Amino acid sequence: MTTRVNISINARRYEYEVEDRTLLVHFIREQARLTGTHIGCDSSNCGACTVLLDGQAVKSCTLLAVQADGQNVSTVEGLTGSFNGLSPIQEGFRQEHGLQCGYCTPGMLMACTALLAENAQPSESEIRHALEGNICRCTGYEMIVRSVQWAAAKQVQQ
Amino acid sequence: MSLVGARVLRKEDPRLLTGRATFVDDLLPANCTFAQFIVSEHAHADIRHIDISQALQIPGVLGVWTALDFRDYPDLPGGLPDLERPPLATGRVRWAGEPIAVVVAEDRYIAADAVAAVKIDYNVLPAVSTIRAALAPDAQLLFPQHGSNCLVTVPMLDDLDRAMEACDERAQLRVVNQRCAVVPIETMACLADWNIDGLTMWATFQAPHHLRNKVSAWLNIPQNQCRIITPNVGGGFGAKIVFAPEFFIMPLLSKWVGRPVKFSQSRTEAMLQMTHGRDQEHDLEVGFDRNGRIKALRMVVTQNLGAYADPTGLGLPVLTNWMAGGCYKIAKVQTAFRCVVTNTTPVAAYRGAGRPEATYAVERLVDLVARRTGIDPVEVRRRNFIEPQDFPYETHNKAVIYDSGNFPALMDECVRLLDYETERKRQEAFRNDSSKPLIGIGFSTWIEIAGFGPNGSLEGFGHLASWESTQIRIHPDGSATIFIGSAPHGQGTETIVSQIASDELGISFDRINIVYGDTGTVIQGIGTLGSRSTPMVGSATKVASQRLLERAKKIAGHLLEASEDDLVVADDSFSVRGTPGKKVGWADVALASFQPLRLPPELQAGTLEERLFHESPNFSYPSGAYGCVVEIDRRSGKVRVAKMVLIDDCGTVINPLLAEGQVHGGVAQGIAQALFEEMQYDPSTGQPITSNLIDYLIPSAPDLPNYIAGRVNTPCPNNPLGAKGIGESGAIGSPPAVVNAIVDALSHFGVEHIDMPVLPEKVWKVLSTATKGST
Repeated sequence: MTTRVNISINARRYEYEVEDRTLLVHFIREQARLTGTHIGCDSSNCGACTVLLDGQAVKSCTLLAVQADGQNVSTVEGLTGSFNGLSPIQEGFRQEHGLQCGYCTPGMLMACTALLAENAQPSESEIRHALEGNICRCTGYEMIVRSVQWAAAKQVQQ
Repeated sequence: MSLVGARVLRKEDPRLLTGRATFVDDLLPANCTFAQFIVSEHAHADIRHIDISQALQIPGVLGVWTALDFRDYPDLPGGLPDLERPPLATGRVRWAGEPIAVVVAEDRYIAADAVAAVKIDYNVLPAVSTIRAALAPDAQLLFPQHGSNCLVTVPMLDDLDRAMEACDERAQLRVVNQRCAVVPIETMACLADWNIDGLTMWATFQAPHHLRNKVSAWLNIPQNQCRIITPNVGGGFGAKIVFAPEFFIMPLLSKWVGRPVKFSQSRTEAMLQMTHGRDQEHDLEVGFDRNGRIKALRMVVTQNLGAYADPTGLGLPVLTNWMAGGCYKIAKVQTAFRCVVTNTTPVAAYRGAGRPEATYAVERLVDLVARRTGIDPVEVRRRNFIEPQDFPYETHNKAVIYDSGNFPALMDECVRLLDYETERKRQEAFRNDSSKPLIGIGFSTWIEIAGFGPNGSLEGFGHLASWESTQIRIHPDGSATIFIGSAPHGQGTETIVSQIASDELGISFDRINIVYGDTGTVIQGIGTLGSRSTPMVGSATKVASQRLLERAKKIAGHLLEASEDDLVVADDSFSVRGTPGKKVGWADVALASFQPLRLPPELQAGTLEERLFHESPNFSYPSGAYGCVVEIDRRSGKVRVAKMVLIDDCGTVINPLLAEGQVHGGVAQGIAQALFEEMQYDPSTGQPITSNLIDYLIPSAPDLPNYIAGRVNTPCPNNPLGAKGIGESGAIGSPPAVVNAIVDALSHFGVEHIDMPVLPEKVWKVLSTATKGST
């Protein structure tokens, strides 16, 4: 069974005939060839595949591409901002060493982007709980928390 | 201004932050096919029959291969003689998850369909999943030809009885260092493309040349036709220096189907097939006097190797035995170990590899001595420390000579930042107040062996040698490319090496780039493992830069008509000391280096290239003092790390931001081992029961604390940087600090030890028994 799906990713339309069982993350990575979104588990625990679906953070490994038909997806490739082209949250991760191997990072960035859109000044506890579904094996999380705090502070200044 | 020691932001970050980095699974060459493995559903069985006929009927399936197809190829490199691991299970499967057959298909979904269509008929055998079961007199043998599940025994040379008998007191302890899954967030992936010009394989690996040497030998092809590329790699932690069968099978599949073949593990596959770490049991004894001075220590390690003996797995108990004495002056230390096979995933290196186990053992023993003597654990440590003037310090093992350190200073700083006295008072005040959590305070003062290593140290693990290489190339515009033999995957080595080279060469940080992870471009290399990159490749780069600069100064002096001895280099130019304005840019010197008419007569064009294979006379020995305060919920038994103080001595710090990041990450894995993680098997069937991230608990942000970090620096005397390495420190030092704190919190219930992971249930049982007893 195949279905023609039309998904807008980072404001560009991608239309492909895909098998119904095609995961959204595979549509993003292998049809649209946007490989910044990663796969780290098969049980929606690690969050490496986190993208925004109509503004909501979702795990693209547990959605089918057909479920996103006609909707808007944002991935790490779509993040932009005034820090040499980086968004405040991307620049925050750079300033505060919020990444090491960088594999979980795109998912982290999207989860953080969703958090700051909803809550511009989160407390440390709110940051930690908002990132509960994103696993990082490298940083121990404190520097990720500092990265989000850096971005939140910059957004206030701007 | 010196960049070494400065908080320099990473070169690596922009590509990783924008989704523009390339990981193996991101690659999708034209005509790419996908491989998938059929793995054993039983822990121990003989394979009666494999039926691939239905799988071959599926449109888009290009083929299915079994062990028979690989019979002209040897077993995988590095095992024990006659007990090696075959590329695919041959006749018998030895753990649930062992690969039996492999399919190649047009896409990964069709490959998955084909896997489901392969039928295997097994004759199921009894499975042994624990050390105890494997060593039982009537145990089912994994390798009947060997006659025992115990593959290796290294006995004690002197049983220590006389030394123990002479002590005022003795104490025994049995500790389990449980099996952990490594779980880099990027699983294992590889893409092989074997075409008419030779083999290129992109692989998730920590040591590309090492893999190139073994794969080319296995395939019997020249090394110059076997190119291994490790692009961005998403964490390794030791599991990506293992000769997984995928790396040997994929090239042949590519050859056979005549197209590129890609394989990428799912997480469930990674949990079963990527090697695990730790899994040791220790029988320990310590002899001491009434003043808490330790006189004798005995350590007997039993290592669970899993189903096959991986070369780094065999090395784990060796390193544990080497480091048994910790940072203490103990007159008699005796060690022994044995290695046992079980029907479980093979065990190999995991961040720290043998040293976390040693540290855990000795640090638990020191606390036991404190308990038995009634002396404060901080004081017991101080009474037993190797003192700063004792270095270099020869340990019980001649291979291990501690280079430098200052344990009393580490302890003092840890006690100060922990606010020890205040925490003890808080503990006392809370102890009998049931509305408050139970407080526990624990320490770990530790030393580890890193900077692998001196000649001979890595050869035993199958490496070509133990040096590390650097190659510096100056381009005609005065920018520089440095090719390094390390293969970083998150450590920030591009930044570290650029900082060192920029300081030495006077070339701006932004005009230096680092190339690594490609056997086609990097001259030779060993890899990123054993906390070696900064001491080894950093030192190589420092010395090579100095040598190259000597020749650059000759050219600059020639151009300026000045003595090279009067030249200083900074900010991308050479100037004459005391003569302001008399200068020449690095770009012009670099350009001249390629123009014979402008060179001094003794130099030839192309002289500004330098390569160096740095050898080290000794290992390096990072050390530290970690302090932990836990709060235990009296009703649930849940442990919360309330305070974690981390004082590290890694010698010279190149970049404090990156050094702190390494410690945080290691400590997170250490706390995870202490509190959360354990790879478990059903003892009756050998079936794994924590084979995904639902059942295997990796901590996320709410589960871990903030860290209070401090530093004591004693430079490493064995390399020109003075750096000791810091990649594994956190994972080594932290588990005993946490467990010592928990045991401290429960000590008034008579608890002297509790095994990891300290899940709420274990603590709850202690608390509920104690409560019942008092009512």
